[in-house]
Amino acid sequence: MHELSVTESLLAIVIQSAKENHALKVTDITLSIGALSSIIDDSVQFYWDHISKGTIAEEAILHFNRIPAVLHCLNCDTEFTMEDELVPCPNCKSINIEIITGEEFQVDHIEIRKEENNTDETTS
Amino acid sequence: MKQRVEIVKRILDSNEQLAQQNRKKLDDHGVFAINVMASPGAGKTTFILQTIARLPKDIHLGVMEGDTAPVTIDSDKIVAAGMPAVQINTGGDCHLDANMVGLALDEFDLDEINLLLIENVGNLICPASFVLGNHANILIASVPEGDDKPYKYPNIYRNIDVLIINKVDLLPYIDFRMDYFRQGVEMLNPNLKTFEVSAKTGEGFDGWIKWLQEKVGNIQE
Ligand SMILES: Nc1nc2c(ncn2[C@@H]2O[C@H](COP(=O)(O)OP(=O)(O)OP(=O)(O)O)[C@@H](O)[C@H]2O)c(=O)[nH]1
Ligand SMILES: [Mg+2]
Ligand SMILES: [Zn+2]
Repeated sequence: MHELSVTESLLAIVIQSAKENHALKVTDITLSIGALSSIIDDSVQFYWDHISKGTIAEEAILHFNRIPAVLHCLNCDTEFTMEDELVPCPNCKSINIEIITGEEFQVDHIEIRKEENNTDETTS
Repeated sequence: MKQRVEIVKRILDSNEQLAQQNRKKLDDHGVFAINVMASPGAGKTTFILQTIARLPKDIHLGVMEGDTAPVTIDSDKIVAAGMPAVQINTGGDCHLDANMVGLALDEFDLDEINLLLIENVGNLICPASFVLGNHANILIASVPEGDDKPYKYPNIYRNIDVLIINKVDLLPYIDFRMDYFRQGVEMLNPNLKTFEVSAKTGEGFDGWIKWLQEKVGNIQE
């Protein structure tokens, strides 16, 4: 589906912030992807392997932080997780619900390698 | 030595920035723009044509037609109906993005129109993630697609301002539980403005045209 455009945007963001931080190499990338965002990890990974070739982010490992779709019933205050399809509140059957998490779709952080003699090192 | 760099940035941030530029351009020219989304064959083009047939005199329309291939079937129909249309070929992409729309905007004389309808690529998943800079999102759901669509494709129902339920002339022939369908929509997008129409017969269009007139009137004030 649209994972190619998504992965291209991801690469642009990663390279920009790697450059701003004088990285030699990007080794790890952590993404938060909500269950409702309709992004498939496998295809992001597939496109990533292709389009990151020859960039400083080549071979960086993608870590997918999958965030479940958590719903909140405004009628009885129950919190529940949406599995495959949307359902009314399992406790009181109300359809008066709000979505708490699951729509995330962002880059959280990257791990970079810098020049050896750099002093402002912070390992994680 | 390794270092962690915090970013916390939405992945489609650059698309969102381009969308803001589109919005500014539309606002500067007093053009109200609507992103029309639906699955393939839901009746987007027929709906736009029926809208054209009923267009009040004070609305001057332009249409963008998004397709994955370089076909002009849809835009030819719009031009034949007497309206300016620009075809956008996404080159296989399953959605329009803000960049494509920005380029197509340059092909219109924006001082000549006050309403822009953007027919997105027929798809219920991808267009939901790409903002374009338009003022309102509408989804056309059609009766033959089935009444379970809000439950299976919740994402697209979240960020729409108007829902059009099309092909209601087919209700007698299809098992479509309107209550069940609308209950799913209510969970995702409470109090959503909804019009039940037939783009074929024109049934239900009065309410939609009135809504349009109100919006176009507001942006021009
Ligand atoms: N019975 C009935 N048929 C309709 C209605 N609206 C559209 N159709 C038919 O549905 C088919 C598809 O309509 P289009 O307007 O081409 O649909 P579309 O969403 O633009 O399709 P794509 O651009 O190919 O994704 C055509 O055969 C239309 O005549 C309606 O309200 N009732
Ligand atoms: Mg069409
Ligand atoms: Zn409840």
